[in-house]
Amino acid sequence: MLTLATGNKAVAAAVKEARPLVIAAYPITPQTEIVEQIAEYVAAGELSSQYIPVESEHSAMAACIGASVTGGRTFTATSSHGLLYMHEMVHWAAGARLPIVMANVNRSVGPGWNVWAEHTDAFSQRDTGWLQVFVSTVQEAYDATLMAFKIAEHEGVLLPVMVNLDGFTLSHIMQSLETVEIGDFLPPMHLPHAIDVEQPCAYGPLTGPADYFKFRWDIERSMRDAPGVIAEVEREFGERFGRRYGPTEDYRCEDADILVIALGTLGKEAEVAVDLLRAEGVKAGSMRLRWFRPFPDLDLRGRDVVVIDRDYSFGFGGVLAHSIRSKTGVEPFSVIAGLGGQEVTYDDIADFVRMHTPGTEYWFGVNGHV
Amino acid sequence: MTEIRKEEFILKCTSACAGCGGSLCLRYVLKAAGPDTVLVVPACCTSVIQGIYPATAVNIPVYNIAFAAAAACASGMSSAFRALGRKTNVIAYAGDGGTVDIGIQALSGAFERGTDFLYICYDNEAYGNTGMQRSGATPLGARTTTTPGGKPTTKKDLDRIVEAHDPPYMATACSAYPLDLYKKVKRALGIPGPKFIHILAPCPPGWRFPAEQTVEMGKLAVKSGMWVLYEREYGSLTISAPSKAAMRKPVPLEEYIRRQGRFRGITDAALTELRHQADLNLRRLTREAEGIC
Repeated sequence: MLTLATGNKAVAAAVKEARPLVIAAYPITPQTEIVEQIAEYVAAGELSSQYIPVESEHSAMAACIGASVTGGRTFTATSSHGLLYMHEMVHWAAGARLPIVMANVNRSVGPGWNVWAEHTDAFSQRDTGWLQVFVSTVQEAYDATLMAFKIAEHEGVLLPVMVNLDGFTLSHIMQSLETVEIGDFLPPMHLPHAIDVEQPCAYGPLTGPADYFKFRWDIERSMRDAPGVIAEVEREFGERFGRRYGPTEDYRCEDADILVIALGTLGKEAEVAVDLLRAEGVKAGSMRLRWFRPFPDLDLRGRDVVVIDRDYSFGFGGVLAHSIRSKTGVEPFSVIAGLGGQEVTYDDIADFVRMHTPGTEYWFGVNGHV
Repeated sequence: MTEIRKEEFILKCTSACAGCGGSLCLRYVLKAAGPDTVLVVPACCTSVIQGIYPATAVNIPVYNIAFAAAAACASGMSSAFRALGRKTNVIAYAGDGGTVDIGIQALSGAFERGTDFLYICYDNEAYGNTGMQRSGATPLGARTTTTPGGKPTTKKDLDRIVEAHDPPYMATACSAYPLDLYKKVKRALGIPGPKFIHILAPCPPGWRFPAEQTVEMGKLAVKSGMWVLYEREYGSLTISAPSKAAMRKPVPLEEYIRRQGRFRGITDAALTELRHQADLNLRRLTREAEGIC
């Protein structure tokens, strides 16, 4: 069905289609619309999930953990300080191998209070064992949320998935949305280690180094298998519903000499910048990174690369720029832009390409090259 | 007379200290709850007592969870089980630190939401698992590793905090009175909604008394009036038989205090204050039981 929706409402609509057993909900700007819309679905009888209005995000994830281990599908949504407050349980969910799906509406971190888009919140969770996907349109928010359940629940993955969408620039903007009837694309969840009172086990007890090490390796092994599962799920989704996704979304990259790499809405904005640059004769392309964990293999040989980070690791550098440098060996031009919701237009992105100087860092809106 | 189930759900050779009051409580809690039960355990002595992976000394599923998260995890689990049409008992089994301090927000939230579960706080009045640091439940004057001169403030009144949530059932118990505990757990599990039992669990290494005196120490706590056994069902309070007997002929508080190394060197002022608090608590409960308040 074709409709109009915000990014938040698209996520809620996908959750309705996925029919979780339990949803734990706590409000935080700019995520709140997701849990409000889900509450409406439940109140109207359109969704039969148990809706737990928890008293904190730490408890939201703890409740999802307790529900997930019974073998039921679970969902929660958060943002920024909420995500940071639940950090301990974010680790726990992955370590416990529970296929929880969470929408994270990317927002900056205080002080000062700032509710606008930034990726620092998601990156602060990058080492927890969660799969992380970043989306750029309302439609993609919907599709990625539906696929997240299938990927997380795949027996070769059994890890939680975080669907990231930019605060306001995606969560609150209205675009067309085509909803689907999910059918058997998403079969009932099967958790091999679900609690069974007939087969009592200790879950997460004291564990010595030898066993603990094996469990850690097992998470990494699943992370290494995940790209294959993601590709299979995205291929099946494309065949069934006609929309195709991959680890990156490439725009005019085939013959490009210089690539812009960014996440989320900035990555989409870069496509317009590429058109502007192409009109000037600059052979530019946009490679919007979708999956951040597991980090995909990228072939960037022989091209200049401009990486836009809407985040910063203090005392180190842009998280995305450094990830690309360490994974591909290229020396990108690292642009730090959009912090705290700073406006970054396609003209600005075109300027980043025009001024690119490999191996340097540029703070957009402060004092230029540093 | 109540017949206590013969079946054991705590197997022999746990990692508990000699004379552990907490594992004694757990034994009777699980006998009362039976096999269709999941225990949700935050960081506490029971995290250790249950054994090291892949072995376990507990013969029902135990879900271990982070320190602050027991009640929230149990909330999710209970909701999921009920949605699946299963009656499985969900029991959060947490120490005093995980309840009165770091876990109190999750506890309050779960009770306010009316979660169908039983929350048990087994209280040894300090962070036992990490080697006896003071908790909010440590009594006035007690020495711990972080209150080497004796705790300068009084024990947080957890029961009145829980009472403020108006749960359908709440009770106190003590490891020295297993039959009373057994009946209370049975009673609690027969009632829908959030239930709470606060169990005093004397701790020989923490309280510094000989390991063979755990039961005796628990009895002295009740007989001296320092710990009052009662249950409150749908707002109606009944003082339990052992405490009723103690009220008729109380043991002097000093007998309880002087036998514990943690109270060594307690000041007269602190002792007077402890006695005052115990009297106040007993008076408040008695008046409520008599329908005066």
